[in-house]
Parts: sequence; C-alpha cells; structure tokens
Amino acid sequence: MDINTLRGIATILVMIAFIGICFWAYSSKRKADFDEAANLPFADDEKRVDDKPADQ
Amino acid sequence: MNTVNQYLDHPEYNYKVVKQFAVMTIVWGIVGMLVGVIIAAQLAWPALNFDLSWFHFGRLRPLHTNAVIFAFGGSALMGTSLFVVQRTCQTPLISNKLAAFVFWGWTLVIVLAAITLPLGITTSKEYAELEWPIDVLITVVWVSYAVLFFGTITKRKAAHIYVANWFYGAFIVTVAILHVVNSAAIPVSLTKSYSIFSGTTDAMIQWWYGHNAVGFFLTAGFLGIMYYFVPKQAERPVFSYRLSIVHFWALIAIYIWAGPHHLHYTALPNWAQNVGMAMSLILLAPSWGGMINGMMTLSGAWHKLRTDPILRFLVVSLSFYGMSTFEGPMMSIKTINSLSHYTDWTIGHVHSGALGWVAMISIGATYHLIPPLFGRKQMYSIGLINAHFWLATIGTVLYIASMWVNGLMQGLMWRAYNADGTLTYSFVESVAASYPGYVVRFLGGAIFLLGMFLMAYNAWRTARSGTEATTNVQPQVA
Repeated sequence: MDINTLRGIATILVMIAFIGICFWAYSSKRKADFDEAANLPFADDEKRVDDKPADQ
Repeated sequence: MNTVNQYLDHPEYNYKVVKQFAVMTIVWGIVGMLVGVIIAAQLAWPALNFDLSWFHFGRLRPLHTNAVIFAFGGSALMGTSLFVVQRTCQTPLISNKLAAFVFWGWTLVIVLAAITLPLGITTSKEYAELEWPIDVLITVVWVSYAVLFFGTITKRKAAHIYVANWFYGAFIVTVAILHVVNSAAIPVSLTKSYSIFSGTTDAMIQWWYGHNAVGFFLTAGFLGIMYYFVPKQAERPVFSYRLSIVHFWALIAIYIWAGPHHLHYTALPNWAQNVGMAMSLILLAPSWGGMINGMMTLSGAWHKLRTDPILRFLVVSLSFYGMSTFEGPMMSIKTINSLSHYTDWTIGHVHSGALGWVAMISIGATYHLIPPLFGRKQMYSIGLINAHFWLATIGTVLYIASMWVNGLMQGLMWRAYNADGTLTYSFVESVAASYPGYVVRFLGGAIFLLGMFLMAYNAWRTARSGTEATTNVQPQVA
C-alpha cells in the first residue's frame, strides 16, 4: 500500500474521532451527567469557610 | 490541624502543600520577574553587565525563563492542581508524605537551577537548559507528582472527573514524556552531557519539546486553573461543559504537531514546516473555543467585574489568551514568519501569553486561594488587588506594544535592500534603532514587577491577620 493512502486513512480516522466526540458530548442522553459534573466545583460550597463571618 | 478544615464536613484535605505552593508562587514570581527586569535593563544599557560572567545576559536569560515558567508557573500549577483535585474529587491526597516530597523536591530543582545556570552549566537546549543530574531529579519529582495526582483521582467520591482535572492530567502526562525524550543525553561528567540527537533531528525534537512546553505546561495546565477558578470566582458553573470536552480533545490532539513552526526556512524538510504551519492555524479553533467558554461563564454576571478585581484578573487573562492564540497562528504562516522570526515580535508574543495569560490567571487564582488557606474571609486589601490589576495590565501592554514596534522595525530593516543588491542597514543599526523600545519594555516589566510586590505585601498582611483572627473564631457547625 502506498504511504499516502495510509496518510489519507489516518486523516479520515481523526475526522471520524472528532465528529464522534462532538456527537458524544452533545447527545441529550448525557446532559444530566454533564450538568452534575459542571457543578462539582460547588459540591462542598455550603460548608465553605468564606461563608462564616470573619470575626465573632 | 488546618484552619480551613475545622469548618468543613469532609475528610481532612491536605491544604499544607497547597499553601506552600501558593506562597512560593508569589516568591518565585518576584524572583523570576526581577531577573527579567534586570536583563531587560541590560539590553537597554549594556554596561549593567558589570563585566561579571555570571551576571551576563546569556547566563541570566535562561535563569529568567526557568524561574518564571517552572518556578512561578510550576508552583501555581502544582498548588492549584492539588487543591482542585481534592475539592472536585471530594477526597484527600493519597499521601501527605508524597505531597511534601513533591514540594521540597521541586524547590530543590529550582535552587539547583538558580546555582548552575549563572555558573554557565547548561545543555544549551532552550527551556531545557538544566544538566542531566537535575533532569534526573525533575523526572523523579514529576513521577511522584503524577502518582499523587492520579492516585487521588482513583480514590474520588464523585462519579465524574471534573474537566479541570482532565487538563491538569494532560499537562502532567505530556510534560513527563516531553522532558524524558528531549533531555535524553550521554553524560561525560557530573556537569556536562551531550544530547543523543544531532543536527536537524535535534532541532525538531527540541521544538517539539519547546512548543509543547507552551502547549501543555503554559496552556493545558493553566486551562485547568481557568476551568475551576473562573466558575468558582463568578459563582456559576462553566458556560458549556460539553464544549469543554470538545475543547479538551481538540486542543491536546492538535497542539502536539505545531512545533515545526519554530523552524521555518531552516534545514527542516519543507513538508514538516508546512505541517507545523497548518496545525498551528487549526489550533486557533480549540484555543478560541476554550477562551469563549471561559468568558461566557460570566454571562449574567458581568456586573461582578465592576466590584471584583480577582474576577477581573481572570477575565483579562482570558482576553490576553485569546489575543496571543490569534497572534500565534498568524505568526506561524510562513510569509509572516519570514518577517517576524528572530525579531522582538516573538518576544512580545511570548510575553502577551506569559504576562497577560499565564501570570494574570495565576495571580487571580492565588488571590482566590490565599484567604481560605490562611483562614480569612477575603484578602487584607481589595484596593491593593485593584491597584495590582492595573499595574499588571499597563505593564503588559507597554511590554508587548514596544516589542511589536521593535519587531516590525527590525524585520523591515533586515530585509531592506539597495538597488545594487546590498543590504540597506547593518545589523548594529537595527540594534541602535531598538533602544527606545528596550527602554519602554524595561518600564513595562518594572511596572508589572511592582504589582507583584503589592501582592506579596497584601498576602503577608492577610496571613498575619489570619493567625490573629483564627484564635478568636469559634468553629460553627454548618
């Protein structure tokens, strides 16, 4: 097989992988999971020391 | 027991190592930028070399780059990553001893760099100047850091691995590979080794390393900071978590190919130069995807920029990120590179990324971290943060604008020909013409450094008042 055929195939495989990731990320099935993940920085928020009055 | 942990209903997090790295971020920031200001002054006024071999530009320049990238940037990345991984995985670090080893090991690397580079002990590979014994130490410390970070992720309580950890993870893994491959060398004595690569291969390996030090150390790692601290400071989740996933995979898949743009019009095969240029142009898409994702996190909260200088640091860092990731692909176009390469334009581009993006987001994240780490509600002075923000912004703008002017002027002078085919200007004429730009660059750098001193004072006052306050505070049950 010509090396250029391999290079062409590699390009197409990368394109398929990219489109696959986009479909995977934007499928409505995963919306709830991702909303939960997006809130992870705030998971232990309500107990933050910032919420306490500084001096009492 | 850490003051923060007293108030939290969760396993005992290791905040000690985060605190150590946060403090050293400020200290190494001042040291690295001070050396930068010194060498900027030497370029404007060469007599400041004082004819001391260890004080020459050639010795101090690698000290500056290593100090700001690996000491200042490295401390910011290690500290924030070890904070973020605990908070978003809701689990403490797997080992406090390993965390202490990573901090002290990294500190030893930096101290050894500060001794060997001014002595002229160097591999002469840009951003990888440290000699082989230090390279071995870096590898040991880095693998320990990787074990600490990924080990903590495997023990996570949350089902999902938050996107910031993906970026930190890519940074840790890729930097390990880059460092081991590029530093491969045959030692001939304790202080001298020779690279196992030679000629064009050596150049290509070096810039595969060099550009991915930019892509994974200075970009992916700091995007990890962005994905945690921007939502946290804006008090709302990231604009689009789905975009962050596409952003991650697209960025890491493309960055690794962009290195050859450092070798345009050299002995590197033309096809490799073209691959580097094409991949650099494509890189604009994921870079701006990430920038927009960070910026849009503020939608509905833009008013916070008016009152919160920490958020302003974070958002302006994203503006500079967007600007330099537009400028970079543009400069990788071969026709533009033929004008810009080897001129001060490159230095301006680097500092628009280094001061505007890397330093500003690190400063913003550190201001966010210092109060809780020292048991305070907020920094000692918000006014001083605001002053620091303006000093940093004005300093950066002066720096990059003067280097743009110098770079364009040098590029045009070097390519000017007379009718008979001789060069219009000698090289030294372009150096003399650069003098005003060098003075403005020195001023810009000095203004940026002044802001760092305000930060150190502010952090010191915050830490001191913290110890007074915590003795009076009664722990409350949440």
